[in-house]
Amino acid sequence: MTSEHTTPKLERCSRQKFLVWLSVWGLLLAWGLYGAFLCLFKGLNQTGMNNYFVFGLWITVDLAIIALGAGAFFSGFLFYILKVDHLKDLIGAAVVIGFICYSGAIGMLTIDIGQPLRGYFSFWHANVHSMLTEVIFCITCYLFVLTIEFTPLILENKRLSEFPLFKYIGENLHGIMAVFALVGTFLSFFHQGSLGGMFGVLFARPFAYRTGVAIWPWTFFLFILSAIASGPALTTLVVWTTQKVTGKQLVRRSTLSKLAKLSATLFFVYLILKAADTVYWANVTAPQMGFAFTRFYQGPYGMELLFLELFVFGLLPAVLLLIPKAREHDFSLVIGCLFICMGIVLNRFVMTVQTLSIPVLPFEKFVAYAPTWQEWAVAAAVLGYGVIVYSLSYRYLHLFPREHELNA
Amino acid sequence: MKTESGDQRIARYGMTIDVDKCTGCGTCAVVCHMENNVPFTVDESDKSRNMAWMRIYKVDNGLDYPHVRVVYFPRPCMQCDHHTPCVSVCPASATNYDGLTGIVDQINTRCIGCRYCMAACPYMVRCFNWWDPVWPKDMEKHLNPDVAPRMRGVVEKCTFCSHRYLKAKDKAHNEGRDYLREDEYVPACVEACPVGAMRFGDLNNPEHAVAQLIQSPRAFRLLENLHTEPKVYYLSSYEWVRKLADNFA
Repeated sequence: MTSEHTTPKLERCSRQKFLVWLSVWGLLLAWGLYGAFLCLFKGLNQTGMNNYFVFGLWITVDLAIIALGAGAFFSGFLFYILKVDHLKDLIGAAVVIGFICYSGAIGMLTIDIGQPLRGYFSFWHANVHSMLTEVIFCITCYLFVLTIEFTPLILENKRLSEFPLFKYIGENLHGIMAVFALVGTFLSFFHQGSLGGMFGVLFARPFAYRTGVAIWPWTFFLFILSAIASGPALTTLVVWTTQKVTGKQLVRRSTLSKLAKLSATLFFVYLILKAADTVYWANVTAPQMGFAFTRFYQGPYGMELLFLELFVFGLLPAVLLLIPKAREHDFSLVIGCLFICMGIVLNRFVMTVQTLSIPVLPFEKFVAYAPTWQEWAVAAAVLGYGVIVYSLSYRYLHLFPREHELNA
Repeated sequence: MKTESGDQRIARYGMTIDVDKCTGCGTCAVVCHMENNVPFTVDESDKSRNMAWMRIYKVDNGLDYPHVRVVYFPRPCMQCDHHTPCVSVCPASATNYDGLTGIVDQINTRCIGCRYCMAACPYMVRCFNWWDPVWPKDMEKHLNPDVAPRMRGVVEKCTFCSHRYLKAKDKAHNEGRDYLREDEYVPACVEACPVGAMRFGDLNNPEHAVAQLIQSPRAFRLLENLHTEPKVYYLSSYEWVRKLADNFA
C-alpha cells in the first residue's frame, strides 16, 4: 500500500505457466457459471432446496465467506485506526480477500433469490424491521467501500500509475483510506451482526431463536465476534498458501504468528460466550418454547455437530494457536487457522440448515437436505473466481509491500 | 368497517375448525386450489415442493388397533396476530398485515423470492413457486379472474381469500352499507366444507359464531407456546388431540 515510493520490479512466473494456472480455475468457474445459468433459466427447481429447506448450501457458503471475509475490515480497522503497524505487510491481501468474499457472496445471493431482477426491491420497498434488509443494505454498501479500498492497489500497478490522473487518484485515495476503514468497520459490524440476527429473531424457530438486548438477539453479537475472529485466520491461511505456491516469503513470519494469535484470542472469547449462550438457550429459551435440548439433534444432524463445533473446530484450534511454540510451526499454525475457519463454516451450516431441518409442528417430520450438482458448481465457482482474482492481483499488483525486501 | 349494530371496530377475521367433525375429505384443499389459482407441479407426489395453501395432516393417537384414533388437521395460514413472524422478516415489505382486518396478505409482484418468510413460519404454510405455473390445457378456462396467478420464483400462501373480502366490501358499499354481514365474507374452504367443520367470521364481533366458539373449552391453537397468536382455532373434545397441537419439553 505504499504509494510514496516506486514499486520495485517483482519476479513472477512465466505467462504460459500463469495461463495454465488460470485455466484450471477458469474451468471451475465455467462449470459454476453453467450451473448458475441453469438456475436462472430454468428456476430454482434445479437445486435440492424445497419448501422445508428454503435455505441451503448457498446461504451456508454466503454466511461463511462473509464471516471469513471479515479479515478485510478488521485488519483495516487495526491498521488504519488503531495503527497496528505490522499489518501493513498484508493489509493489501486482506482487502483483496475481503473483496472476493463479498462480491462472491453477492453474486451467489443473486442466483439464490427467486426473482433476481427484483433484487433492488429490498432497497425500494425496504422493510426497516427486517434483519435481512439491514444485511442487504450493509453488504452492498460495504462492497462499495471494499472497491474503493481496492482501487488504490489497482492504480499502483506499474503501467496504470504511468497515467498522472490514475497516480493522483491512487495516492489521494490512499491518504483518506482511514475514513473508508472506519465506514467499513461500522458497516461490517452491522451486517455481520444482522446475519446472526436474521436467525436469532426467528422466534417461531426454537433452534435458532435467542433472547438478547433490545432488538438484537445474542446471535447478533456472536456473529460479529466469530467473524472478526475467523477473518484474520483466513487471511493467515491465504497468505501462507500464497507463500507456498509462489515459493517466496511475502510477509515476516512474526506477522503471521501475531495475526494467528489475535484470531485465537478472539475465538477463545467467542467460544466462552457461545458456550454461555448455548447453556442458557438449552436450559431456558428452548424449554419455554416446548423443546427439550436433545430433540434438536436427530437424524443426520446429531449431537456430534455441536461437539465438532465447540471442541474439534473450536476449543482445539483456539488453545493450539494460543501456545507461542505452536504458532512458530507451520503445521500447527495452518491446522489451527484451518480449523477455526472450518468451525465458522460449521456454525453457519448449523444455523442455516439444521434450523430448518427441525420440525416445529408436532406432526411434521425431521427432514434432511442434499444439494444438487448445480448448487455445488455455483459454490465452487466462487472459489474459482476468488483464486483467479487473487492470482491476478498477486501477479499484477503490489499486494505485499515487503516482498522485495524479504526476497532480496 | 362497522358491525351490524353500527359500532365502529377493527375486525380480526378468524376461523374455527372442528377436527372432531372433519372427515379429511379434502374438499377444502381442492376448492382452495380452484379459488386461488394455485398451480400444479410436475410431480405432485413430491409434497416437499408442491403448492398447497390448505394442507391436511392425518394424525393418530399412536395406539394400535382397536384403540387407534385418527383426526385430520386442515391447515390454512394461521394468520398470526401478534408480531407476525413472516411480516417482520420480509426485506421487501411483500408480506402485509392489514390492521383493519387482521389478514396477513402477500403482495406477489413485490416478492423477491428470498424465502426468509418461509424460514420464519413454523406452520409451513408458505410455498415457493419452484416452477413456472402450468395448468392442464382446458383448465386455464377455469382460472379465477379475481386472483392473479403467481409467477416462478415468488412465495405464496393462503390469504383467507382476501379477494372475497374486497368484493364483499365493494358490494356493501354499493348498497350503502358500511358493515359486512357475517355470511358475506367467507373463504372458499369454509364455504365448501361438506360437514360444516369450518366456521369463519370476525373474532372481535361477539355476534359472530367464531367469537363464541373460541371461548369454548374445546378450542385450542397450534403452537401456542410460540406466542404467534394464530387467528385459526381448532376445536376438539379429546385431550390427546388438543395435546398434539403443541410441543412440551
